Amino acid sequence: MTLAVENAPTEPFVWPEEGITRIPYRLFADPEIYAMEQEKIFRGPVWNFLCMEFDIPEPGDFKTTFVGETPVVATRDRHGDVHAMVNRCAHKGALVCLQNKGNAKSLTCVYHSWNYGLDGKLIGLAFKNGVGGKGGMPDDFDMAAHRLEPLRTEVFCGMVFGTFSEATPPVEDYLGKTMADFVRRNLGRKLKPLGMQSQIIHNNWKLYAENLRDAYHATLLHTFYTTFKVNRLDMDGGIIIAPSKWHHISYAKRATFDESDEYKKAEVHSAKYESKLEGPQLLATWDEFEDGITHSIQAFFPNLCIHFTLNSLCVRHFLPRGQDKTELFWIYVGYEDDTPEETEKRVMQVNLTGSAGLVSMEDGCINNFVQRGTKGSEDKRAFMEMGGRDAESSENSRATEAAIRGFWTGYRQIMGF
Amino acid sequence: MLEPALRKRLDDLQTDYAHAIDDDRLEAWPGFFREACVYKIVTRENHQAGMPMGILYCNSRGMLSDRVLALRTANIYEPHTYCHILSRSRYEDAGGGCVAGRTNFQVIRTMEDGEMSLFAAGKYLDRIDISGPELKFAERLIVLESRRIDVLLGIPL
Repeated sequence: MTLAVENAPTEPFVWPEEGITRIPYRLFADPEIYAMEQEKIFRGPVWNFLCMEFDIPEPGDFKTTFVGETPVVATRDRHGDVHAMVNRCAHKGALVCLQNKGNAKSLTCVYHSWNYGLDGKLIGLAFKNGVGGKGGMPDDFDMAAHRLEPLRTEVFCGMVFGTFSEATPPVEDYLGKTMADFVRRNLGRKLKPLGMQSQIIHNNWKLYAENLRDAYHATLLHTFYTTFKVNRLDMDGGIIIAPSKWHHISYAKRATFDESDEYKKAEVHSAKYESKLEGPQLLATWDEFEDGITHSIQAFFPNLCIHFTLNSLCVRHFLPRGQDKTELFWIYVGYEDDTPEETEKRVMQVNLTGSAGLVSMEDGCINNFVQRGTKGSEDKRAFMEMGGRDAESSENSRATEAAIRGFWTGYRQIMGF
Repeated sequence: MLEPALRKRLDDLQTDYAHAIDDDRLEAWPGFFREACVYKIVTRENHQAGMPMGILYCNSRGMLSDRVLALRTANIYEPHTYCHILSRSRYEDAGGGCVAGRTNFQVIRTMEDGEMSLFAAGKYLDRIDISGPELKFAERLIVLESRRIDVLLGIPL
């Protein structure tokens, strides 16, 4: 236990009367609030990202993950249906699947050989009828009453989601039409895995949820582009916030200059970046979409994001590992019909994002600066009025914290604060 | 079987490379590579699965220089230092004027407040150009044991 936890205020939590423009620092430090989030958010009416569909392509495939801190396993059964269950034996609570990924006919707990189908139903257990007529389960033992705790699942655009709550609407309704359409734009084709890495960031998971929605900081903290005078006249874009306020898209477009007649005549369709880079191949890109959007970050409540910056396409999933620790997974993907040259460009652009990303590596430490800076100040709060006091879309400017206020709008609803 | 004199030069290259990074002489780091080179950091998990994506990927010496300049002038991170611990290397002739080598390593990271941790462990899989007057890395593929990076990877391994 750290000093800050011992000194944490014990009075009931009350949100400041100014509303979503004030974020109490206690939210990042209080272990009771952290425990409440596990129940109300991660086990509540939200869709939790579990894995990619390509993680479990074949019957018998399984992939372990977490929903909040709860261990979960996603499977594909012999009929091709996707299931998800808490990865906890119904007998004594041991982990059932120990590997990250695998393939099995059924799932067996190593402790006492309780055996489950790929749908989580108990199909057998050792010494059920005893040994030599002695011992065994009571006569009224009901196999059907003991199974792996199920989650409801849905697959959307190659991503497998799970929820514990019957109240969660279908994924598309949960996201809203604009958000769902943009996911379809980015992931609505057959995907190809390119590689995964993870990063431990030493901050509360909500600070990263804020960071993803923080368009205000992008050019201020991340100075790689300006240092190397990278110039492609990308216009400042905007922010679209879901009607629920829970999710958002932040985007930048290439300049209309690119669309001008002289460019069309010259059939210049690939992006040309001028820079002071000695290795300009870093920014060798091609334009993939007609809508002109070259950079987008889309964040979903509670702990998921998709980025599509230049040609780098990545699903980012961040898991709480304690109130001041988060594991951030970077799942890089391409499309199955990418050419080898296109794949090479996506692979090259890993230099921009991820734990060693030249553009974004600061996000690995900046949230920890907030975590440390606010220690001992649990009764104080952040001030968040850039771009106004509401959580509305902003088509013209990214100098706004509206999407962060949107996150807190959802958070307050679900937590009852 | 490598000639003892070449073996010594290769060992010196490995040592000098690690010391340049550990002593914060990052500007000297690109000079250990050929102009046409590959420097790539991958995880064991992705490497074994045949995934192309690394954590960091440079395919020219200029890209290495860009990274050093970015670290010095653009990127923001808390000051820290590395201490490389290298294993004995294994070498074999790779043809084309190159030697292939494998060296295991650990990197211990120390933050300004004194906190010290095992930041990375893995293996250097090298192709070293021995055709010129100076030995240069043609390729340095770094396979990390863990897929997890703590905080960020700024200073090269």
